[in-house]
Amino acid sequence: MYVAVKGGETAILNSYELLAQHRRGDPNVPELSVAQIRQQLRLSVDRVMTEGSVYDPELAALAIKQSAGDLVEAIFLLRAYRATLPRLGYSKPLNTTGMHISRRISAAFKDLPGGQVLGPTYDYTQRLLDFSLLATGKPAPVARKGQVNNEATPRVVDLLNHESLLESQLPEEGDPDPFDLTRQPLRFPANRSARLQNLARADEGFLLAMAYSTQRGYSGTHPFVGEIRFGTVDVCIVPEELGFEISVGDVPVTECQMINQFQGSQTKPPQFTRGYGLAFGHSERKAMAMALVDRALRADELGEDVTAPAQMQEFVMSHSDSLESSGFVQHLKLPHYVDFQSELELVRKMRQSHALPKDDHAAE
Amino acid sequence: MLQNDMVESSPLRDPKINFAYLDERTKRMIRRAILKAVAIPGYQVPFGSREMPLPYGWGTGGIQVTASIIGESDVLKVIDQGSDDTVNAVNIRRFFQRTTGVEVTTDTTAASIIQTRHRIPETPLREGQVIVYQVPVPEPMQRLEPREEETRKLHALQEYGLMHVNLFEDLAHYGHISSTYDYPVLVNGRYIMSPSPIPKFDNPKMHLNPALQLFGAGREKRIYAVPPYTTVESLGFEDHPFEVQRWQSVCELCGSNESFLDEVIMDDQGKKMFVCSDSDYCSKRQVTP
Repeated sequence: MYVAVKGGETAILNSYELLAQHRRGDPNVPELSVAQIRQQLRLSVDRVMTEGSVYDPELAALAIKQSAGDLVEAIFLLRAYRATLPRLGYSKPLNTTGMHISRRISAAFKDLPGGQVLGPTYDYTQRLLDFSLLATGKPAPVARKGQVNNEATPRVVDLLNHESLLESQLPEEGDPDPFDLTRQPLRFPANRSARLQNLARADEGFLLAMAYSTQRGYSGTHPFVGEIRFGTVDVCIVPEELGFEISVGDVPVTECQMINQFQGSQTKPPQFTRGYGLAFGHSERKAMAMALVDRALRADELGEDVTAPAQMQEFVMSHSDSLESSGFVQHLKLPHYVDFQSELELVRKMRQSHALPKDDHAAE
Repeated sequence: MLQNDMVESSPLRDPKINFAYLDERTKRMIRRAILKAVAIPGYQVPFGSREMPLPYGWGTGGIQVTASIIGESDVLKVIDQGSDDTVNAVNIRRFFQRTTGVEVTTDTTAASIIQTRHRIPETPLREGQVIVYQVPVPEPMQRLEPREEETRKLHALQEYGLMHVNLFEDLAHYGHISSTYDYPVLVNGRYIMSPSPIPKFDNPKMHLNPALQLFGAGREKRIYAVPPYTTVESLGFEDHPFEVQRWQSVCELCGSNESFLDEVIMDDQGKKMFVCSDSDYCSKRQVTP
């Protein structure tokens, strides 16, 4: 007998309870603390902060705990929280030349002022499972202290600038406020500040695939890593009532400057052009992918033919956000029976006028 | 019956959350977009859509529109696929109970705001009511021309040849137009608009409707509107005019032969029955047919 689809409310409440139980897992295993996630899953925390567009390691760690480690879900939680926060002011531009460097490498020069600093990286680990980590309670590892370089480390792009071999990137005339696509709707064509904000918030997997496509012939950008640096930078604001700059703390960031060969155009001489990537915390894969895609998206500005997806603003920017893509793909789980009913009627109607409906049926 | 259920388990207003979730400045921004949308019927107004605590694609546009127009004296009804009881409708209704504490109802005539996904209620709307549609894809030509830069130009120039050719190609291939839902309409003789994925069965209800019709697309960041008593014309041709689907059957619960029917599969032998998709309409008719 037909039972009307009722009881949605009870079902939802029950599903909350089941979810909490599944998230917690076996109660005989000690519960994970937010502090543990923040300290020991720091790269997850960094990714959630970057794509969640909030610098708050504690809340990011909480989101990871609440989402049972599903980072896209954690990013969603943090973004929804962020949407309700008041906008108190804007910081001054970060001065990454003054970064306290933990890691800094250039693939374009063998040695350079400030030196190459390998720092903490998985790059030269041999990816063998370390079974000793199966055991807990080992004493914490201590790294040998190297020389600490407290002087400002000049950026590689600034070194090349002296010869005009590299395009210089000065603020636009009048130094207008950057576009803020969390407050204003995105419209096309989008300027570079809107594009960079979109890429900074973009899903890392999507961005990585787009960047990879530029290396496989879908637009060629001939990139070199001018520099990757990771460390902490001061965040400064100028409160109106004070009228001078004060530091409100420092944040760890990863910056990538990609250098790309450029043949020149009617208005520009041959020179190297740049792509830029910046992410919270230690997020090199993200920063590099962002820099490659940023450069590809400058095709219009540099007079290059727009032929590949990575060069198409609407393609990249409309599909880069994990909240938008994950939400819309998964909305297919919602009931669609009204639309499906309409399609059912249509397919029946089309089958009636089709030449071979009976044979089709017999073959089943 | 549902109303009694809800009294027992309805979530209390959470005082830590601002009324209707959004901060007041955001609401004002959205209201400005709504006013512009009402002033230019059918035109898609871009707005600074916020990340809501429900996923994009699940009604965030409609939720933001409702959140910015709802007041303490409003009575809210939320439906999905015509029904108040589907999980998504329940979830959105709970969200507003929790953030506003307003009275909720399943009764179409009692509601001052009706938020809907995929249906227009069978009971005619009246003056003073607002119906808020959740819209996944606001651009009616997106499947024909995915670049927004281009479609914006086509709207500005009222250059809708693309759309008409598409409908004509359908006629040439199948002898009828194959769109069954999200069937394009011309609003106020000016803009072609997506009615959201309502079945084309519901399209005629939009025409000269006394209620204010608001459309919110959160992921695509657009709001548009059809003010009361505005013409809404479903596209068609003189020799192939627009027509709605009709059923051979009647609702097996209330006997209606005028409502949109859902097909319910009864067993694995292909036995099926038809029932109204609008649960409020159907249950009222069962009491007083």
